[in-house]
Amino acid sequence: MKQIFVRPELCMGCRSCEIGCAVQHSKDKTLFSAVLQSPPPSPRLFVESAEGIKMPVICRHCEEAPCLNGCISGCLYRDEKGFVRRKKERCIGCWSCIMLCPFGVITRDKDKRIAVKCDRCHKLDVPACVDACPTGALVLVDIDEVPKEMRTRVVLAETR
Amino acid sequence: MEKSIKEKSLDRATLSALDIAEKTKIRTVWDRYAAQKPQCGFGETGLCCRHCLQGPCRISPFEHGAKEGVCGANADVMVARGISRAVAAGTASHGGHAKHMAHTLLKSAMGEAPDYPIRDEAKLKAVAERIGVKTGGRKINEIAADVARMALADFSEKESPLTWAATTVTKGRVETFLKYGVVPTGIDSAVSESMHRTTYGVDADPVNILLGAIKSSLADYAACHMATDLADILFGTPSPVVTQANLGVLKKDAVNIALHGHNPLLSDIVAQVADEKELNDKARAAGAREGINVVGVCCTGNEVMMRHKIPLATSSVSQEAVILTGALDAMVVDYQCIMPALAGVAECYHTRLITTMPIAKIPKALHIEFHEANAKESARKIIETAIEAFRKRDAAKINIPDVTTTAFAGFSTEAIVGALALVNKEDPLKPLIDNIVAGNIYGVCLFAGCNTVKVTQDANYTVMIKELAKRNVLILATGCASGAFARHGFMTPEATEKYAGPGLKAVLTAVGQAAGLGGPLPLVLHMGSCVDNSRAVDVAVAVANKLGVDLHMLPVVASAPEPVTEKAVAIGTWAVAAGLPTHIGVVPPVLGSKVVTEVLTSAAKDLFGGYFIVETDPVAAAEKLIAVMGERRKGLGLSA
Repeated sequence: MKQIFVRPELCMGCRSCEIGCAVQHSKDKTLFSAVLQSPPPSPRLFVESAEGIKMPVICRHCEEAPCLNGCISGCLYRDEKGFVRRKKERCIGCWSCIMLCPFGVITRDKDKRIAVKCDRCHKLDVPACVDACPTGALVLVDIDEVPKEMRTRVVLAETR
Repeated sequence: MEKSIKEKSLDRATLSALDIAEKTKIRTVWDRYAAQKPQCGFGETGLCCRHCLQGPCRISPFEHGAKEGVCGANADVMVARGISRAVAAGTASHGGHAKHMAHTLLKSAMGEAPDYPIRDEAKLKAVAERIGVKTGGRKINEIAADVARMALADFSEKESPLTWAATTVTKGRVETFLKYGVVPTGIDSAVSESMHRTTYGVDADPVNILLGAIKSSLADYAACHMATDLADILFGTPSPVVTQANLGVLKKDAVNIALHGHNPLLSDIVAQVADEKELNDKARAAGAREGINVVGVCCTGNEVMMRHKIPLATSSVSQEAVILTGALDAMVVDYQCIMPALAGVAECYHTRLITTMPIAKIPKALHIEFHEANAKESARKIIETAIEAFRKRDAAKINIPDVTTTAFAGFSTEAIVGALALVNKEDPLKPLIDNIVAGNIYGVCLFAGCNTVKVTQDANYTVMIKELAKRNVLILATGCASGAFARHGFMTPEATEKYAGPGLKAVLTAVGQAAGLGGPLPLVLHMGSCVDNSRAVDVAVAVANKLGVDLHMLPVVASAPEPVTEKAVAIGTWAVAAGLPTHIGVVPPVLGSKVVTEVLTSAAKDLFGGYFIVETDPVAAAEKLIAVMGERRKGLGLSA
């Protein structure tokens, strides 16, 4: 399974990921129509900063997802690729998912009065946020290859 | 993360106003800054470019990502172009200010601006003689017209160096500038050249681009000097006055009018008219027992503080606080450093925001255009608008913080030399030089620049001045730097007693006694607005000429601990070109380029003697400036 990894040390705080995300979730999926859309599309990930560190905070699509477990109306479900997604019409706006998400990345569509969250750009090979990142602070990695890569890095650090 | 209120400012009056803002949910500059965070690292490091329509381009400072823009500009080119355009914008601003004055001086000389008589004939003659205009046997108006025409000629491209640069620096500086090809021949043409060389596909040599920025900054210097000269000619050369500072200068029972912006062409006239009996009677008839009370904000506040003793309400970053007192009836603005946000804050109160300049309008503000031909009429209309607004005040919203400090202001070069002449009539500079040589004055630091949301307001200023003063460094200040010192009581003789080292205290006391103050001079010698940084150069040039050395050898430094504007970037750059080690307390957008960073902080020293010292920690910054002054003292064979 491919996961979006965040590398805070590479984040410039430019918010290109937020823009890419909002455009991908707009009607026409182009920047210029997205900026004219009313109400404007909203991003599903957020660049935050504290103590001089900047980083995008994103939905982890947790294996044991608190939002999914807490969803009382059957709106949230896990799709065939393993992504936690919404059946929009089922959302009743109880905000249980917002309360439960440990990352704070589920928000409210004030217009439609339903919960909004990352859908991992399930129709795309590369999610819009990863595609928009100019520095590689957001990368798409195979979760099963990460430990091996880490082990190699440990060895390299030892031998240097 | 939002800053806690205490982290926003050290100024009790500002904090009190921010408290009101928080309670009433009025957004201020600090809220808007919080909303901007995190700010984009590409912009922070200077690694973005929008100079052509193939962009915008960004260069990644990391392993991943593009290493050059679409045109092939690398990080060095991009950063150099960006900083060069900032200098050009600063030059354009001071140029606009000075040009406005030159046009008015010409109109005055031609009898077309009756409200702008020549108030300082001695200064007019001194400037005329310096720039080569004949004065003997000529009428004042003829001299003024020639000076104004010479000034206007300095804006276009000439065959010769800028008059206001070439006639106001040391011979050594002129030679250095010629050697590196950075002598501007026109103020506007220097701006234009900077825009040209930084556009798509022109200058791609980062060092050459930076030399272009220095050329443009020298045009900025000329504009500053011209603005100072012409302001003195039209409104009088400042001499020391005692006045008040901070929000407590607003009066509950007066029609309060704040003058905010830069050019005394507006503020001085409003200040003059505000004394008229008829208008004060109208104000009293409207219920304002104390009549009209004019206060200053930002640089124009410095202009009227020096010449009319008008109290300074606050500095640029806290401009919204004046409205938040609920007692401001009109905020009258011209140009530069006027936050568009003022209109939104004014809407929450009865306050009228009044714009006056054709190039600086703000939606929802009242625009009363100011014309030289009938300046006083426009000023009266502005004041009457304020009186009308006063009637609509909401007493429940009034919260004037009970905070004021005393401030001694108005130490023009002429005033400083005048005070020194009381100690030594034949050779006024001698006492200053003797004391520098003896070490009673270890060096001189000129504080300039703004307040920024990126630093707790005044935090860097108040730490640095204490560190430097106790080490016997003579402190000069202009612009919002002086505003910070004024609001914290540093522009007083008491501050000298409290903070000056023994050598400095003895000197300031001797001069103060000779001047009949019965005590020392204030710890900070207030030289005026941001264009008046030229006054500090005049003092340094006089000292250098007297000693027979050039500026880059003197133990004189500059510091902008909390800078904001492109004008500050321009001033900092010419300070470096003038040979001054120049400290800045926030990191400028240059770190994306090793070459540019290295040129500005190190290689510039080999060319001009001056260079930038970037240090965000105020104690460390003071240490570095002390060390530099020590180095220079050694160079002159003085005790370090």
